[in-house]
Amino acid sequence: MSAGDARQTVPAVKAQAKGSYQPRRKAASLGWLVPAVTVGGLLPLAVLIWDAYTGALGANPIQRATLQTGLLTLALLVASLACTPIRLLTGWKWPARIRKSLGLLAFGYAALHFLIYLFDHGFSLGVMFEDVLKRPFVTVGFTALLLLVPLALTSGKNSVKRLGFQRWTRLHQLVYLSVALGALHYYWGVKQDHTPPLIYAGVIAVLFAVRFLKRKPTKKQGGPEKTSPA
Amino acid sequence: MSSNPDDNQINPNETNPEERRILIPGSPINPRREFLRSAALFTGTVAALGGGLEVLTRRPGMGSAEAQGTAFAQAARPLGPYDTKEAVTSYQQATTYNNFYELGTDKADPARNAATLKPRPWTVKIDGEVKKPQTVDIDTLQSWFPLEDRIYRMRCVEGWSMVMPWLGFPLAGLIRRLEPTSKAKYVQFTALLDPKQLPGQKSNVLDWPYVEGLRLDEALHPLAFMAVGLHGKVLPGQNGAPLRLVVPWKYGFKGIKSIVKITLTEKMPKTTWALAAPSEYGFYANVNPAVPHPRWSQATERRIGELGRRKTLPFNGYADEVAGLYKGMDLRKNF
Repeated sequence: MSAGDARQTVPAVKAQAKGSYQPRRKAASLGWLVPAVTVGGLLPLAVLIWDAYTGALGANPIQRATLQTGLLTLALLVASLACTPIRLLTGWKWPARIRKSLGLLAFGYAALHFLIYLFDHGFSLGVMFEDVLKRPFVTVGFTALLLLVPLALTSGKNSVKRLGFQRWTRLHQLVYLSVALGALHYYWGVKQDHTPPLIYAGVIAVLFAVRFLKRKPTKKQGGPEKTSPA
Repeated sequence: MSSNPDDNQINPNETNPEERRILIPGSPINPRREFLRSAALFTGTVAALGGGLEVLTRRPGMGSAEAQGTAFAQAARPLGPYDTKEAVTSYQQATTYNNFYELGTDKADPARNAATLKPRPWTVKIDGEVKKPQTVDIDTLQSWFPLEDRIYRMRCVEGWSMVMPWLGFPLAGLIRRLEPTSKAKYVQFTALLDPKQLPGQKSNVLDWPYVEGLRLDEALHPLAFMAVGLHGKVLPGQNGAPLRLVVPWKYGFKGIKSIVKITLTEKMPKTTWALAAPSEYGFYANVNPAVPHPRWSQATERRIGELGRRKTLPFNGYADEVAGLYKGMDLRKNF
């Protein structure tokens, strides 16, 4: 997501190539991280299936499953967006390594959320299009999902090479629009208690603010090399 | 969503390569300890992320809610003219999936929190345009009428429905007994206001106390019902003990729970949901598949216990009985 990351790492590759030292040593010790995030991110899906099987979803299981997959999407999207601000604030490197997994997990839950919605309406495309066209609540949710599709498709490293870093970065900035629409979808979906969606919106706003504030000083000192458009 | 193409690389600015050379190859690595360390970190991360997501997103339903209330002594009886023959929603489902924001906004909250609501002692104040304003004990009020069973469909504005076997008495009998004056045009119902008994009232999700209302002719319709029991048992707290309104041709939110006051009025009462979101919930709130909620269609509903959806019927299937009440009214405007 961040141009700064990638550009700074170019010299790292060179350094490694001639390196007599082993910079991979530290990286290898974090080998557990991405699998752990993947398994941890899929854990709620396993629990959800278990809940459905045992009847713990209550009297209206489809509504529960819809709600939970939607919330999981939003939580994981926010987590993926938190990676860069955390790195900027703390200097830690590990958040950047799990960003892609968090994003893909979010997309997976969003797709599942949509599938459950379709199932709810008997896979009737007529109902779906009526909802998408007539009801802003559905329109924004559907748009948020559509925006994630190209991002999921270009999440691999090859895509960065193919698109070029600039274009890839610009494309992936769509995630901001998507998460904002997702939060709005949640806000509109809630009948009366708007506190939880407002908390999400607040967290998203803080994450944006951190990036915005953190990117100014780098501009001054580093020139274009260090600016982070993301 | 995205990946840093070179995530695995180490930024040389972070650590001086000279330092690294000293630190890393020189340090003795114990592979077993290293493996255990990674395994512990793996497990910890799975638990932290998975657990965190569960806390943020999982809202388990209620496993079971056994009837605490005593059963009414009731003989089996044949179905009456207003009873539906459709399969009745189980007691378990009818008492664990509730909208009663005074006991929490989640569907399972009311069943969890119902113990704080004390339905006895309980009085109902009757005032406004009546000849006999009074405050009456719930047991006295209940003794005025023989208890009847009514098996009614219940359609929630959110798009789900149940079939509820209520116990109670027709509202019309109560209204007539109170002798409305000639000025009385509406009936206003007010629910209990007591954040100790109804802890949801500590949050201002809605303007408390909950208020609902009917036009007088609606209230006098034989379908309009006051329930004090469900499934042959005393009404549980989560369903609105000890006294609630049931208006089967209207959306469920009209069925105000835990009523403490009944007021006959000249003017249309300002009802809670209509005040909270006037574009979404009207005073009439008649079940109408042709008038969508701004966020979802009302054309279909899920009967609790079923996976598919069924078509929603005008006036929730009670059009033959009640459509006449709204002759000449534009029900798209008066939703």
